[in-house]
Amino acid sequence: MKRLLTRQNMIIAAVLLAVYLIVQTLLSVGIISAFYETNLVLGGIGVIMAVSLNLITGFAGQFTLGHAGFMAIGAYFSAVMTVKWGMPFVLALLGGSCLAAVMGFLIGLPTLRLKGDYLAIATLGMGEVIRVVLLNTKYVGGAAGLFGIPRLTNWTWIFVSAVVTVLCIRNLLWSSYGRACISVREDEVAAEIMGVDITRYKVLAFVVGAFFAGLGGGLYAHYYYFLQPGGFGFMKSIEYLVMVVLGGMGSMTGSVMAALALTVINIFLQSYAAIRMILYALLLIVIMIFRPEGLMGSKEFSSAMFSRFERRGDRGSAGGQ
Amino acid sequence: MKMRKMLAVTLLLAFVLVMASGCGNTNATKTDGAAATGTQAAAEPSEVVLGANFELSGPVAVYGQTKMNGVEIAIDEINKNGGILGKQVKLIKYDNKGDDAEALSLTTRLMTEDKIVTMLGPVTSGRVMVAVPVSAQFKIPLVTGSGTAPAITVADGKVNEYAFRVCYTDAYQGGLAGKFAATSLGGKTAAMLVNQNDDYSIGLAEAFKGTFEQNGGQVIEQVSFTNDDQNFNTALTKIIASNPDVLFVPAYYEQDALITKQARELGFTKPIIGGDGWDSADYLLQTAGAAALQEVYFVNHYFSGDSDPAVKAFVDAYAAKYNETPSSFSALGYDTAMFVKNAIEQAGSLDPVKIRDAMAATKDFQGITGNLTMGENHDPIKSAVVITFDKDGKPILKEKLQ
Amino acid sequence: MEQFYVFLQQMVNGLSLGSIYALIALGYTMVYGIIKLINFAHGDIYMVGAFVGYFAVNYLHLGFLGALGVAMAVCVVLGILIERIAYKPLRNATRIAALITAIGVSFLLEYTTVFALGAQSRAFPEVLSNVRIGLFGNKVFVTNKELLIYGVTLVLMILLQFIVKKTKTGKAMRAVAFDREAAMLMGVNIDNTISATFALGSALAGAAGVLVGIYYSAISPLMGVNPGLKAFVAAVLGGIGSIPGAALGGVVMGVIETMVIAYGQSTYRDAVAFAILIIILIIKPSGIFGSNAREKV
Repeated sequence: MKRLLTRQNMIIAAVLLAVYLIVQTLLSVGIISAFYETNLVLGGIGVIMAVSLNLITGFAGQFTLGHAGFMAIGAYFSAVMTVKWGMPFVLALLGGSCLAAVMGFLIGLPTLRLKGDYLAIATLGMGEVIRVVLLNTKYVGGAAGLFGIPRLTNWTWIFVSAVVTVLCIRNLLWSSYGRACISVREDEVAAEIMGVDITRYKVLAFVVGAFFAGLGGGLYAHYYYFLQPGGFGFMKSIEYLVMVVLGGMGSMTGSVMAALALTVINIFLQSYAAIRMILYALLLIVIMIFRPEGLMGSKEFSSAMFSRFERRGDRGSAGGQ
Repeated sequence: MKMRKMLAVTLLLAFVLVMASGCGNTNATKTDGAAATGTQAAAEPSEVVLGANFELSGPVAVYGQTKMNGVEIAIDEINKNGGILGKQVKLIKYDNKGDDAEALSLTTRLMTEDKIVTMLGPVTSGRVMVAVPVSAQFKIPLVTGSGTAPAITVADGKVNEYAFRVCYTDAYQGGLAGKFAATSLGGKTAAMLVNQNDDYSIGLAEAFKGTFEQNGGQVIEQVSFTNDDQNFNTALTKIIASNPDVLFVPAYYEQDALITKQARELGFTKPIIGGDGWDSADYLLQTAGAAALQEVYFVNHYFSGDSDPAVKAFVDAYAAKYNETPSSFSALGYDTAMFVKNAIEQAGSLDPVKIRDAMAATKDFQGITGNLTMGENHDPIKSAVVITFDKDGKPILKEKLQ
Repeated sequence: MEQFYVFLQQMVNGLSLGSIYALIALGYTMVYGIIKLINFAHGDIYMVGAFVGYFAVNYLHLGFLGALGVAMAVCVVLGILIERIAYKPLRNATRIAALITAIGVSFLLEYTTVFALGAQSRAFPEVLSNVRIGLFGNKVFVTNKELLIYGVTLVLMILLQFIVKKTKTGKAMRAVAFDREAAMLMGVNIDNTISATFALGSALAGAAGVLVGIYYSAISPLMGVNPGLKAFVAAVLGGIGSIPGAALGGVVMGVIETMVIAYGQSTYRDAVAFAILIIILIIKPSGIFGSNAREKV
């Protein structure tokens, strides 16, 4: 309890509360218009998806191309729970996340034996299998999609979920489990020799990542009224991978910033209907040429960073490695 | 190292230039818009602001773009002839990339930030489904020219008040095609080749099966394909082995042309039937060739070789601007814009709610794609035709359906 | 007996589809095998090749071979340019960073083409007439274009294998693939070798574009998206870095897809095809022809 109430934690909690209250006030007064609210939600879902993917790809070093598949499971299952079974939203969100985690476990166990691009192909295939199964399931609308989903997601849900996601994954990474995950990324053989059960930690990262991807999916489903299997294809997985790499693999704050930055950039690009994709492409290329390690590299943006400035960098970076 | 920096700087410069030139354009229109909706909002706005939320990039970009071509011809024509209610029309265009989240965000943007009076689009049913609740929330109507899913206009037995379409529903044209195949062509057995990723294709196939079997036929084989397929030999070999009297292909012209060509190459000579997605006669002829198009029939809204002056004027204007004959998407795009114009004029006001009422009350609107009366469910009641091809691969009218 | 001929016909269909995957995968695996870059832009270079061929036939009035030559030449230049501008600065970055750049390049090529030419498909001019050849007393058919694609794929595979195994440039490529630092110390010009790899891969993409354009007689700016992905899958399935593996991977995929449509549920085609791929990978974790390299500690 004492460790929980350090000065640093209190400051973080106060800042978070302030951010939440300010945005909530601006929303209710109408200074943040409906359009910007949609982008807040989109950005928040982006944060959840990017941070959870970063756990798998950035921290545990497992290259996956099927993150949207877990999102689809969470989205569909939570929507079924509210629409068809009339369950409350909290339970639906939890249910969707849990099912995604279970699927992550079932899929992760056999495929995580594969390495690098072989794993990427296997996860890509898994995403496609999930999409095709949804496409052929009449109960959830098939190709025509599932509609009539109530809009239950709002700023409060998004904010709380994003904060919970970031905190859970941060705490996981700072525990012995997290260090083990990172050791698997750095050198599997060495980690194994040191007694790290590499399969166990890979699967763990996969399951936790899938859980939060399912949460992102549940929030998504209850904001956009409508789900179609086509919305969770390969390109969606790529979209979140772009966030992770732009933010910096192995930097959670990087993922958060990249998810928010890309949402803002998207608002600007919307005005250039004819050339928005060309501008987006150029932006990706230029950013990667200038900062191939992403915005943050594997560093974290935290208060420790400031104190490091004061002490002229005599301590190592806060999180990450 | 030097080289790398130089290249990076050049790229960045190029990027800034493109951004700047783009900015120049939109800023100009943006300020126009602000003037129209902001300063004069209290008084009468000086122009009619319409929004377009189309799939201009992504997997269905081709349909969004072709439809946008039709919309632009209509807007040009309207503005040349004095606008709507004596005001010029300004069209704000956005690209939703074929993405649901983007479609919702842009609908909200158009209806709140840009202060439009009516939204055109989106093009595909899924994106329309996302936009419909937003239009109800802000009480601004939307009109889709190609969203055919039943739930767009009627959900849970209730009409979606602010959603309209100017195209047929899947059930209507699929049903017509099934009846045509069983009665006019006298088919006893049919096979279907269906795009399993596309609700339009599936909806048409279900309706076709319904009326075809009602009229004494039987569907003996159904094979699926997906959006990206170019090679249909396997599916067609399977279908030919079942030896059907007719083949029903509810898909869009790009794949239809390939399917027809490959079916004929595999020796299938029986009739091939389709829906309005087939309508791009030029493309079919260029890709499949005249010989393959014999015994091809498709249900459509109108006949592009029609002697009707309005149809002719549109086809000519389209050919002059884009150097090709319009597809059904372009014609529906044109009609979407014209339908909106008609409704605003009937309403005599730029109040979205009044426009909505006028839309719901539309009677005998004469569009390119036929005479349109808005039904109770916001689904239009329209006539239909069956198009086939002569020896040279030119489209000819087979029969008019009702 | 009828059933058997239908099966044979479906085999022919599967081989044709597979050969097209293989054709694209061969170009893909050049770059992929040697610098381990997941080059998502490969499918788009293939698309550019198809369009160059289209314009060469329609406006320069070239024949089949002329169009093929022009398309390959343009793609070589394009490939080298892309490598020098977009990929070279990232040579020491992580592979996923290079992947994101490749996705950027891919979008850039796609949407610049859409912007310039529109998104619609175009009919590829008929430069070869279609001839059907009957086998087994006209029970099974194969077209001349299919034979052309089988032939070209086979010849290219052998040629590539020869270049990589026997020529000096090929040896340099393998050296770079094995250990870049050591190759550099041994006097291999890394920049030129990698450019040569891109040139070769892009030339193959251009050729594939024209051939597929002729085979399907339709091309569009987004035609490269799916084949680009399939080529990646084929190359991995065959075993990273293996040229015969890429070709075989493509053919295996084509045949699996075909057989699922022919004798299974066509609605589950992609799911079953991918499930089989995953099973193959679980049994052979480094692809069909991949060497199971021991990690050095």
